[in-house]
Amino acid sequence: MPTDLRRPAAPAFSPATPGSTARRSGPSRRRSRNPLPALVLVLFLVFFVVPVLWLVLAATKTDEQLVHDNPLSPGSWTALKANWEALTAYQGNVILVWLRNSALYSFLALVITLCVAIPAGYALAMTEFRGRRALLIATLVVMLMPNATLVVPLFLELNAVRLIGSMWSVILPYSFYPFGVYLAYIYFTTALPRELLDAARLDGCSELGVFRRVALPLATPVVALVGFFSFVANWTNYFLPYVLLPESDQFPVQVGLGTLLNDVPQFNPTIGTLAVQRPVLALATLLAITPVLVVFLFSQRFLVAGMLAGATKN
Amino acid sequence: MSSLSTPDGRAAARRVRWPGRAGHGFVAAYATLLVAFGVVPTAYAIYFAFTDAGANFAGLRNFVTAASDFRFAAAVGHVALYLLFWLAALVVFVVALALLLHRLAARGLSRALRLLYYLPGALAGAASVLVWLFMLDPAVSPVSFLLRAFGFGTFGEVIAIDHLPVLFTLIAFWTGAGGWIVVMYGALNTISPEVLEAARIDGAGGWSTAWRIQIPLLRKWIVYMVILAFAGGAQLFVEPQLLSQASVGVAGRDYSLNQLSYDFAFQNNNVGTAAAVSVELLVVGLVVAGVFVTRSRFFDAD
Repeated sequence: MPTDLRRPAAPAFSPATPGSTARRSGPSRRRSRNPLPALVLVLFLVFFVVPVLWLVLAATKTDEQLVHDNPLSPGSWTALKANWEALTAYQGNVILVWLRNSALYSFLALVITLCVAIPAGYALAMTEFRGRRALLIATLVVMLMPNATLVVPLFLELNAVRLIGSMWSVILPYSFYPFGVYLAYIYFTTALPRELLDAARLDGCSELGVFRRVALPLATPVVALVGFFSFVANWTNYFLPYVLLPESDQFPVQVGLGTLLNDVPQFNPTIGTLAVQRPVLALATLLAITPVLVVFLFSQRFLVAGMLAGATKN
Repeated sequence: MSSLSTPDGRAAARRVRWPGRAGHGFVAAYATLLVAFGVVPTAYAIYFAFTDAGANFAGLRNFVTAASDFRFAAAVGHVALYLLFWLAALVVFVVALALLLHRLAARGLSRALRLLYYLPGALAGAASVLVWLFMLDPAVSPVSFLLRAFGFGTFGEVIAIDHLPVLFTLIAFWTGAGGWIVVMYGALNTISPEVLEAARIDGAGGWSTAWRIQIPLLRKWIVYMVILAFAGGAQLFVEPQLLSQASVGVAGRDYSLNQLSYDFAFQNNNVGTAAAVSVELLVVGLVVAGVFVTRSRFFDAD
């Protein structure tokens, strides 16, 4: 990655990276013996972390232990193994099918998103064409409008073109990702020197060549960023696949979790023989979030930069 | 094509003027998706909202049907109350925590805390709801002593309908606040140290620095956060939907507007009314987004 090019991306891309100027002085030096701030920070730490911790531990317990043991005590490998076997036995390994579906939908949508959003952001930032401003404003408006509003209308539309039940009925809407276009737009505006493009043109590069040989190799950070946000958004989406994919073997894992929940007797007493124990549900939840959790832990830098990318360019 | 220019002539002059074709080529795929999954569904929703089952023009009848449904006013009330709690919690706690983290002398600790606060974001969607179903069930919750202290002995008592706005706020805050804390922290870092130093020399303590300098400078970020959280919160669906499953329909059924729209479409087979609800949500979303984009100068479109 051309690290020297991350710098010019300021301010949108640098404010929170380590070594920012704001950290040497400022009010942090003030001696404050008031214990309240520390107390608040610790309380919120407990609030944010304990449920995650509990979830990890719950997957290693039996239902019996879950109810009677200390909630934050670890279980055993045996119980974890038993939960895993119960989970995979559920509807003949359907959990793995769900996970595979999630991976397939998120990955295909990610690829399409990148192929679509990066060139679009580039064109909006670096070129002039009829309708450019309108497209930019439409992008901003749609970006701020949560896609859940359009789920029922999307169903009607896709129903009319007979796409309901096809995996493309979720992948294509996922691929429409205005926030990604906006990120790419901001990145190219702030980080790509125009002189570079002009030089390439003088050397006889076609417009496509300029994009492919000059802009694209410099766009690694924003490709990673758009990819990350798109992946997480698609992996965690519930409403759209819930509405558009009717068959259990097409569910992504998020919708699958709902199916499992229906078969937990403590939450749904009408359930009979198919019963799913609570630790099994906890294990399924843990599996469902693992990919996103891993991506989270390995991409903090990108995350911070990306979330700040809503900043103005001035 | 050389007459093409934007109102902002200087920016346009810096940008290379091509024959528009190349630019169009780059955005063609995106524009297609925008039309297919942004414009067409919107048009479709509007079409269905104003027609009846026989495709005849229905005027406002679908909107009247929706509004006069006994669940509609309740759902609007639910969502409004939830938004109130959610936005208040978000503004107060996110800004406070970001300020506290920013004041923290130990940078490594501050960084670690930001990551840990952010971690539950990985559980967005159904996973967060499932985790909180457990957290709210006194039988297994690690905070069952708290739940019992409030006088709730069973899961059913915890998820009584009056509690739902607070419970959904808890879930939304748990998954969403960390990301915003990171954003606010980053925004705080953009405030020049000289300004804070000057305030300190003038005798401003931590509290008045925060109140008079940092918070005013964070204002546009707070507005940005509120707009996005408002738009997202109005779309409440997965939380009440899963909760209603977990309580055999006792709590959370037809709780939010999106659920109502879903039920009109798929339970009552009344597409027109479902579309009418969607159109109303769309108008709210569009107006809020449009006002923000055009008035706030947050996104400098050129």
